[in-house]
Amino acid sequence: MVAQPREAPVSRALTASLEHAAPAWLRACDPRLRIVAAVLFAVVTVGLHQFTALLAAFGVALALALTAGPLPQLLRRAAPLEGFMLLLLLSLPFTVPGHTWFELGPLAASHEGLSLALSIVLKAGAVALMLFALLATLDMVVFGHALARLRVPERLVHLFLFTVRYLDLLQDEYRRLRLAMRARAFVPRSDRHTWRSFGWLIGMLLVRSLERSQRILAAMKCRGFDGRLYLLDRQRWRGSDSGWAAVMGLLLGGLLWLDRL
Amino acid sequence: MALRRLDYERIPQAALLAAAFFISSLVSVPVGPSSVHLLLNGFMGLVLGWVAVPAIFVALLLQSLFFGFGGLLVLGVNTLNMALPALVCAALFGGLLRARKPLRPFWIGAAAGATGVLLTGAMVAFALALSGQAFVPAAKVILVTYLPLSIAEAAVTGAAVAFALRVAPELLLVENPHA
Repeated sequence: MVAQPREAPVSRALTASLEHAAPAWLRACDPRLRIVAAVLFAVVTVGLHQFTALLAAFGVALALALTAGPLPQLLRRAAPLEGFMLLLLLSLPFTVPGHTWFELGPLAASHEGLSLALSIVLKAGAVALMLFALLATLDMVVFGHALARLRVPERLVHLFLFTVRYLDLLQDEYRRLRLAMRARAFVPRSDRHTWRSFGWLIGMLLVRSLERSQRILAAMKCRGFDGRLYLLDRQRWRGSDSGWAAVMGLLLGGLLWLDRL
Repeated sequence: MALRRLDYERIPQAALLAAAFFISSLVSVPVGPSSVHLLLNGFMGLVLGWVAVPAIFVALLLQSLFFGFGGLLVLGVNTLNMALPALVCAALFGGLLRARKPLRPFWIGAAAGATGVLLTGAMVAFALALSGQAFVPAAKVILVTYLPLSIAEAAVTGAAVAFALRVAPELLLVENPHA
């Protein structure tokens, strides 16, 4: 939307795309291929049973992620959100019955539990790394367009594109509000005052975004919006894409074959 | 599906609210010695009604892209875990809020916030427990961690609802022709 040109995004911390970090061959790949490949890889990986196959899948994903972008940066983003996985890992060896691996007081850890936990880590890690490599390096707008070309419902794509477009603006809005709070010496604590202030903050954010959305709709109507966003990109399937699709197919086939051994 | 309830007229509105909720859920709120991130699905249900479903889906998709969190495969389960409580909140508390003279909007909001979080926690734990006996203890721990979150969520959502009702009642009142 060009409705409010003066509100060009100031900072793009959140949606800062890593696309320029990606190697040229990855950037040249058709985005549709990347999405399909990531999804297929995830499906295949989760279905694997053998450790060798899992290790291979993890290795491939890790290698690809290493070539695709600044991995430490990605990991730092992800780290705070992995408490859930950690919890699962620590509890599993103790809860799966089987041969004893070691004992910790009254608790006995089992080999079966350990291997289950390990395989979950490998699966989750492989899928996450592949996601980083193939999709996190994709520009969000391109991603939305590719979704549309993959026949994801159009309204969902529109919603996605709009949301992406306004995330940065709202984040700026949020920063401004927080700055204003800081200027009044607000320090978040665990008390009612903090919770109420945050409630008002979120309420204010919603109210402002509602007003803004009404302005946007009005501006869109002025320009003759008829319920369709035209996707102006040209995503063409090229010969090299077929090549990469074949490579991906071979890789997935190889993983499945390893699993059957 | 809920997508059909999303007319083109309302896409910008839904998208901005989805973005606002996404940003809000990045706020870390201190509870006791630690801090939590809000889910806000109860509040989303109240504000967006049915549209909360695609909005939550988009937010989770973005989250998995930005943070690699959740992953692609559990996207469906996660959306269900988040969106169903949102719809329940919309059904339970939306009417109360739209009554001619809502009683204690703070408490309605607080109830919606707590319900959203607790239901989501219960569904996550249930899904885990379903996938195997071995996951039951982890599921219990998760359920316990959702308790402090529900307190913070209730307090913040309550304040936000009371605030919105005073400042921009149209946010909550005219909002859901379909709900």
